[in-house]
Amino acid sequence: MILTTIIVLGCLGIIFGIGLAIASKKFHVKVDPKIEQIEKALPGANCGACGFPGCAGYAEAIVKEETEINLCAPGGEEVVHEIAKIMGIKASTKERKIAVIQCQSGGINNTFLKFENKGIETCQAALVLSYGQNLCEYGCLGYNDCVRVCPFDAITVDDNNMRIIDENKCTGCGKCVDACPKDLIQLIPISKKVNVLCKSLDKGKDAKIKCGNKTACIGCGICAKKCPVDAITIENNLAIIDYDKCVVCGICAEVCPTNAIIDKIGIHPQPRIIEEKCIGCTICAKKCPVDAIDGELKKPHKIDEDKCIKCGICVEVCPKDAIVTKKIL
Amino acid sequence: MEFSKLFAIIIGSIFINNFVIVRFLGLCPYIGVSKKLDSALGMGMAVIFVMTMASTITWLIYNFLLHPDTSIFGIDLTFLRTITFILSIAVLVQFVEMVIQKTAPALYKALGIYLPLITTNCAVLGVSILNINEQYNFLESIINGISAGIGFTLVLLLMAGIRQRLEFANVPKSLKGMPIAFIIAGCMALAFLGFSGLKI
Repeated sequence: MILTTIIVLGCLGIIFGIGLAIASKKFHVKVDPKIEQIEKALPGANCGACGFPGCAGYAEAIVKEETEINLCAPGGEEVVHEIAKIMGIKASTKERKIAVIQCQSGGINNTFLKFENKGIETCQAALVLSYGQNLCEYGCLGYNDCVRVCPFDAITVDDNNMRIIDENKCTGCGKCVDACPKDLIQLIPISKKVNVLCKSLDKGKDAKIKCGNKTACIGCGICAKKCPVDAITIENNLAIIDYDKCVVCGICAEVCPTNAIIDKIGIHPQPRIIEEKCIGCTICAKKCPVDAIDGELKKPHKIDEDKCIKCGICVEVCPKDAIVTKKIL
Repeated sequence: MEFSKLFAIIIGSIFINNFVIVRFLGLCPYIGVSKKLDSALGMGMAVIFVMTMASTITWLIYNFLLHPDTSIFGIDLTFLRTITFILSIAVLVQFVEMVIQKTAPALYKALGIYLPLITTNCAVLGVSILNINEQYNFLESIINGISAGIGFTLVLLLMAGIRQRLEFANVPKSLKGMPIAFIIAGCMALAFLGFSGLKI
């Protein structure tokens, strides 16, 4: 009896095994090895920031449709270089973007309530009740939909129930941008550290009264006037920074009467030219957005400190590192 | 007569002896995959497919290899039923997966992960063994397989629909998540018990 069992099961196993082996050869689907390699190189977060369904979909699109290789936000530069190696093409990286919440209200202590909301505690649900409980109808609802949707735990909540985005963890995937029903979150290049943190389109007085944090943009236009590169425009009582033009000098944040514009850099140190090092190439003078550098060819340049807006562009572009910033503490 | 028996099998497998709710087979995917409607639908389709195929192949194997009266060996090997069924179902699913991947990539993508997942599901083995126990003929076995799958899908979809709404319900903290899902499963089983009064 044992023998028959062994024989029957053994034969069955062998037949099935051979059948599967043949089938796997016959029905083999050829997959481009590049797709697998790229999929391995991608971070595997399946966040969808690239616009394709998951990392596998993006890998396939790169190989088959020659999609751009720099769309992966979480992977950053490293991944772009790796994919470039696999595909044999030149890498071109984009500047990393991070999410910025453009509202300083929404916490426990800094929000005026229209009514007490005892409904479902999500922003989506709160929106249905006459645009939410925040007196400012453009303001944050404070139910942390963005925190829940973030796949990288980059958004945390502090004691005051305010959302804080960790710049190191944020990959710019844009999930929170879609999740925010008030459209308060925007993806901004990481170097552009001066942001208007208000979205209120109300007229000046209304906006100021409704904002629980007293930091509403009242559309006064002082920032637009003071901006040395004309990067700020006022549309519908709201200042909007054109980040292509912005040189991150922080003047708008200084002059803003309501502190609606926040400069995350804080203190901008005054750049200074070390004359021994300067070779007089005039690059800094050409790049200076306010023509504060007096640059004759082959002679040491000078910075006009009255004109200078301390944006720091000259420090970056100087090929000889002849411009340094003295820190004012 | 033939048709009325088939009809009885269909109604019986879908409602009266529903695999999940009345026979308590395949409870793992019932709780695990019933969080979202679309994944429940994908799972349900894969189960219908595999149950039908499994009923077919296991009936053939049982009657031509194992049963003493009809098999080609002429000896009683029915005690090997469970192990051969598991083996052949696993092989079958693997084979079908390969064929689908080659011939119908769209279907392969739709079934996705669920196809290999249910290879070792007890509901699939259950339907094969029940076919033998009830002494169904070939056609009846296939019909039983399909309708068992439909019954599974029906209950899975109902559960997914309820659980999606539950997400927004004000459930007491201690009952949130799995506990309330189990309570609802119990309520559904009670409701389905009402069908057992049907006489066909």
